[in-house]
Amino acid sequence: MSSAADPVNPLRDPQDRRLPRIAGPSGLVIFGVTGDLSRKKLMPAVYDLANRGLLPPGFSLVGFARRDWEHEDFAQVVHDAVREHARTPFREEVWQQLAEGMRFVPGVFDDDAAFQRLRSTVEELDKSRGTGGNFAFYLSVPPKFFPTVVAQLKRHGLSSGETGQWRRAVIEKPFGHDLASARELNQVVHEVFRPSEVFRIDHYLGKETVQNILALRFANTMFEPLWNRSYVDHVQITMAEDIGIGGRAGYYDGIGSARDVIQNHLLQLLALTAMEEPASFHAKALVTEKLKVLNAVRLPADLATHTVRGQYAAGWQGGRKVPGYLDEEGIDSESTTDTFAAVKLEIDNRRWAGVPFYLRTGKRLGRRVTEIAVVFQRAPHSPFGTTDTQELGQNALVIRVQPDEGVTIRFGSKVPGTQMEIRDVTMDFAYGESFTESSPEAYERLILDVLLGDANLFPRHQEVERSWEILDPVEEHWARYGRPEQYPAGTWGPRAADEMLARDGRSWRRP
Amino acid sequence: MNIDLTDTTSSQINTALVNARRASGSPAVGMVLTLVVVTDEGNHYDALKAAGEASKEHPSRILVVVRRPGRSPRDRALARLDAEVRLGGGGAGAGETVLLRLHGELASHAYSVVLPLLLPDAPVVVWWPEDAPENPAGDLLGKLAQRRITDAAATEDPVRTLALRSETYAPGDTDLSWTRITPWRSVLASALDQKHTTISGAEVEGEEYNPSTELLAMWLTERLRVPVRRVTSVGPGITAVRLATVDGEICLDRAHGSLAELAVPGQPDRHVALHRRTTAELIAEELRRLDPDEAYEQAVRLGVHRLAEPRQGGRGRGEDVEAGGSSGGSDDSGETDQSGESGESASSDEGSEAPR
Repeated sequence: MSSAADPVNPLRDPQDRRLPRIAGPSGLVIFGVTGDLSRKKLMPAVYDLANRGLLPPGFSLVGFARRDWEHEDFAQVVHDAVREHARTPFREEVWQQLAEGMRFVPGVFDDDAAFQRLRSTVEELDKSRGTGGNFAFYLSVPPKFFPTVVAQLKRHGLSSGETGQWRRAVIEKPFGHDLASARELNQVVHEVFRPSEVFRIDHYLGKETVQNILALRFANTMFEPLWNRSYVDHVQITMAEDIGIGGRAGYYDGIGSARDVIQNHLLQLLALTAMEEPASFHAKALVTEKLKVLNAVRLPADLATHTVRGQYAAGWQGGRKVPGYLDEEGIDSESTTDTFAAVKLEIDNRRWAGVPFYLRTGKRLGRRVTEIAVVFQRAPHSPFGTTDTQELGQNALVIRVQPDEGVTIRFGSKVPGTQMEIRDVTMDFAYGESFTESSPEAYERLILDVLLGDANLFPRHQEVERSWEILDPVEEHWARYGRPEQYPAGTWGPRAADEMLARDGRSWRRP
Repeated sequence: MNIDLTDTTSSQINTALVNARRASGSPAVGMVLTLVVVTDEGNHYDALKAAGEASKEHPSRILVVVRRPGRSPRDRALARLDAEVRLGGGGAGAGETVLLRLHGELASHAYSVVLPLLLPDAPVVVWWPEDAPENPAGDLLGKLAQRRITDAAATEDPVRTLALRSETYAPGDTDLSWTRITPWRSVLASALDQKHTTISGAEVEGEEYNPSTELLAMWLTERLRVPVRRVTSVGPGITAVRLATVDGEICLDRAHGSLAELAVPGQPDRHVALHRRTTAELIAEELRRLDPDEAYEQAVRLGVHRLAEPRQGGRGRGEDVEAGGSSGGSDDSGETDQSGESGESASSDEGSEAPR
């Protein structure tokens, strides 16, 4: 972390905006380096960062896993992963720069000898690569191993460096499965790492489109005046997947879509959409505002009518016959795990009172899409006849998070012809059209931010705990009453979800 | 989709653009800027290719102004505009491309053709891949633009050109020989991030006829306030930068044009990838920010005369001499990656018509 006390670098000039932010001397240690996430996202992201010249000279990558590998075997695995998944073209010289700093430490998490080896590897890297004692530990392992790993890091003196050095922990979701377990987990991690040195990855926040929500709202004048209960009728936040649970049965069963998606991604999107303007674009100011709005979130009194859960049944999804959730391999045929969840939330503040936020997520839905739709109220009075505006819906502003990132505005327009007929049209801003062909992957940005110590895009533990506080009553209600309703795969969820909105006189957007 | 228009006007070209867009079913205009490339028949191919590549990152309307003033008095008296409209997809990049051939007298009135074709409200960037006007900001086309890109490395006498650029600098000017050194500058800056020390002198070693060497030296002089020496080497491009400190020398050495070695006293030697970028990558970097580049201003304004005379020789690299010799011509644009393109640009140089 650079502070004002640091000596000034004469080659840096705030006006010289071509020079990118390069992380200081540092290394990244990945636990569970043989996993899918590591091969498909982390390794390619590290290479892409190096290729863009954003990693410091001497950056080192250490893999830790239960494999009988030499450093070279590890480098080969990374090489293959990079070849297959990296976004930017492969360059031999970039690879050479990276490969020199690759180390592998074989071992299991409760093996003291392995952590001793990790420690000597880290010390060796400080000497041979100049990593300066700065290391980030990426825990790409199931949460049940967190306590062991962090305890081992502490026991072997890896969790804190000397003065002026940093040690950071990076953890992936799930951050617990309810408030109590989240608190426990936070406690375990915070005992070893200071809260400000713990980075929780919510890869959605690394996406350009999500960062753009703040730009859209706070850098412009034309949206913010409408962004309140006087103009907004309701907000729909959707994250739909077309895939089933795939090979994640062990993880997914018993967790379900609400815990998997609503608790983190959707509530974060809600916070960014609904929060007040932060005093500045710094981590602290952002967290203050996000927390403030999350604290104002209120569940409806009647959870039975305002929450819905579903489970996909066999059906046809995009031209392919797919099995139902209960028929998936490794799933108990009596399972009540939700693969679809929808909740209605209210925000008790002056800006949003009376404006419902509908959150829904699900697997095996119509198509893969994540979007935030701000639906506006109808015009209070229309000088046109009702037949003229029959086809006119509500105005809407839709932030398309993925795929096909962009923003759509829907409004009414006159149909050409002699009659006055008004129909919905859309105005579209597509990221791909106006900006880079391939914008950086979320993980590139997030890894770089970890190395730079910039916590803007990481949910803090207070946010995580507050999110569980919101979701827990829903889960408890579901556990007590009924079962999830079945919905055919490839549709937009159970009928109850439509009824839930119909009761309020509204309907879901077809994304 | 290609539309050829012979003996046409700007308004007919505009109509063709709108029709073409409508025909392809995508009437939304997502383009973020207009890039005007001023070139001649011989060089437009390479320039257009680079601009097309860059437009994948910055969807833009590319207007290529090809000037054909003609040689005979009869040709010169004529004034004709031919245009070729290329839309979307394929090699043309992500936007629209219009190739404008300005015959005869019209060649000196490019402004009148370009003005009606600019995207409404969007920024304008003018790029002269070879010979730029003496005062880019005073040029009629240059006046339209927020950003004027020149390339000192492509001129006959790069160092003299740099001196000229410093005299005529106006906010919005930039030069590709400056863009080429961004990776060098960022590695040097991050090396000093890691090592806080006082620097007593510096040395930049690079190929002759490579204005990037001078610019890097001027930037270091300006930032560090120490004398900076230039040393001539056989290249390619810049080969080394050495900063003298009390503990010894910080040295960034790139002998072969891709992988550099960074030596910092008290720290282990490390390798840094510093590959030489293509023109398309340089243009893409230029288009990323359209505000005046103060760092460039300060560096170029320092003036070449403030640098000490270059020292010949440098450290001997026998095996490189031949490679350096073959690419030593003045059309070698310094740092540009010429993989696969060198043959083309060489032949097109011969076929070029002098614009003036």
